[in-house]
Amino acid sequence: MSHYSKRLLKNRIWLGLSVAAAAFGLAWLVLILAVLFAKGLAGLSLSVFTEMTPPPGSDGGLLNAIVGSLIMTVLAVIFGTPVGILAGTYMAEYGRYDRLTAYVRFINDILLSAPSIIIGLFIYEIMVVPMGHFSGLAGAVALAVIVLPVVVRTTEDMLLLVPGKLREAATALGAPRWFMISRVAYRAARAGVITGILLAIARISGETAPLLFTALNNQFWSTNLNAPMPSLPAVIFQFALSPYADWQRLAWTGALIITFTVLTLSVLARVLTAKRSHE
Amino acid sequence: MVDVTMSEATAADRARVLRGFIASDKLFHNLTRGSALLVLIILFGVMVSLFLGAIPALRAFGFNFFTTQSWNPVTEKFGALAPIYGTIVTSVVAMGIAVPVGIGVAIFLTELCPRVLSRPIGIAIELLAGIPSIIYGIWGLFVFAPFLQQTLQPALIELFGPIPVLNALFAGPPYGIGMLTASLILAIMVLPFITSITRDVFETTPAVLKESAYALGATTWEVVWNVVLPYTRAGVLGGVMLGLGRALGETMAVTFVIGNAHKINPSLLAPGTTISATIANEFTEAVGDLYTSALIALGLILFFITFTVLAIARYLLSRIEQHPGL
Repeated sequence: MSHYSKRLLKNRIWLGLSVAAAAFGLAWLVLILAVLFAKGLAGLSLSVFTEMTPPPGSDGGLLNAIVGSLIMTVLAVIFGTPVGILAGTYMAEYGRYDRLTAYVRFINDILLSAPSIIIGLFIYEIMVVPMGHFSGLAGAVALAVIVLPVVVRTTEDMLLLVPGKLREAATALGAPRWFMISRVAYRAARAGVITGILLAIARISGETAPLLFTALNNQFWSTNLNAPMPSLPAVIFQFALSPYADWQRLAWTGALIITFTVLTLSVLARVLTAKRSHE
Repeated sequence: MVDVTMSEATAADRARVLRGFIASDKLFHNLTRGSALLVLIILFGVMVSLFLGAIPALRAFGFNFFTTQSWNPVTEKFGALAPIYGTIVTSVVAMGIAVPVGIGVAIFLTELCPRVLSRPIGIAIELLAGIPSIIYGIWGLFVFAPFLQQTLQPALIELFGPIPVLNALFAGPPYGIGMLTASLILAIMVLPFITSITRDVFETTPAVLKESAYALGATTWEVVWNVVLPYTRAGVLGGVMLGLGRALGETMAVTFVIGNAHKINPSLLAPGTTISATIANEFTEAVGDLYTSALIALGLILFFITFTVLAIARYLLSRIEQHPGL
């Protein structure tokens, strides 16, 4: 065999393997989604959204869990987003060339991928132990700690994309810095920052580990932030590991609802940034 | 020329407005600075609170905590060796599968796939990276574990049964759940991560470099192996470390299928446990301060392992961002 045909053969083998890897990898992911839709749709009905989580053996829905998840998600965004935007503002505007910014960026990136169960332990130590009981508030704060680094990262990135000329123009007109930032820079970066918030919501809407020992769970309807609060992921965890068929069916339906929410938010975020890049 | 003199009243007005501007700007500056500091404080707080929570267990067991595998809530004897072992083994096996496949997919997307397809497939992979881990967990428990119990696991036992050393690795009845199942699910989970980062890094290779190699008569594989991979080595390694960090700390996908057995078993088919699965399974049921403290000490160990891995990952990736030409 000539050297040339050997090289061609080697090329074919390795490229064939990479095509096989692509087919193999994508097949698993498609398979998971297919099973999720088949099993989740089977249990989907109006009662899922109108009834409470049932005791084993009777019919019910996921209403209290969905409402609990919504409450904690909204609170987490309210707590985490302003701080995140302000921190990102410091990094891109006031402290762009600071050493502090370099440290914060490094630590923020670590926080971004830190295991969420550790965030749960942290909030347990600083909130659940002093308060003496699990609470929806602790769950919301745990989720806020996960929202924060996502928002910090996107805000900084998006503000860095705003052309310096816009800032100079505003400053030349006599605007003080905070005025320039809030009226010019924020406006130019708005779509990107909203994308970041959407991605953060997508991230926390499936988080289970940080809620297990902060918000715990609750079999009943509860909007009391000072008491254990049910959430969709925690209910899925409990129901899926139970031996009851109807609980397991509800777990699949809950999993489908979460996946659908996450995918919708991610697509929405993409559409927003895509629009931006066309301008 | 405009008359620039102004009345004293106007001057005083302007001075007041200017003072207001300076004060409000100072306020906003400090507000943003405080928020940035809060990010540092949170990570520091995580470290301190885990350390304080872990002190009772570390004081009671000392260094033995890291080297023994007894985990007995009744006699209050705790050792972290089994969860540490499980965490490392499942992550390493998962990376062993996910890294070659992920790099293969990235090569496919950047070099082979027609442009029309590579964007939608790339987007699909990024969307899949966002699917919460509990979904992988529930799928693993109800679909994947029973499937493995009937197909792959008996096949492995039969295949490696007569071979020494390897038969210990694949010994025992096929439970379905266990270390291998957890590793495979972790591999499927981190695959989209590794793929999308590797693809992004591959795309930073300047077209000129690749075209020069093609012009010299290199095959596609030779371009990938001799030009793209050496050029992007640090970034690919960074992506791999980021995936490893994710695998090490992954909780829900593993908790469903690992079996929660506090015993080191050489067989990959046997049930085991990981740090995060132990915490998730036992924390709310832990009675007694020592038990809780032992679980927090596990969290502290996990924190240090992932912190190190993620710090290395970020360092490698930042080198690519800062010097895209080198």
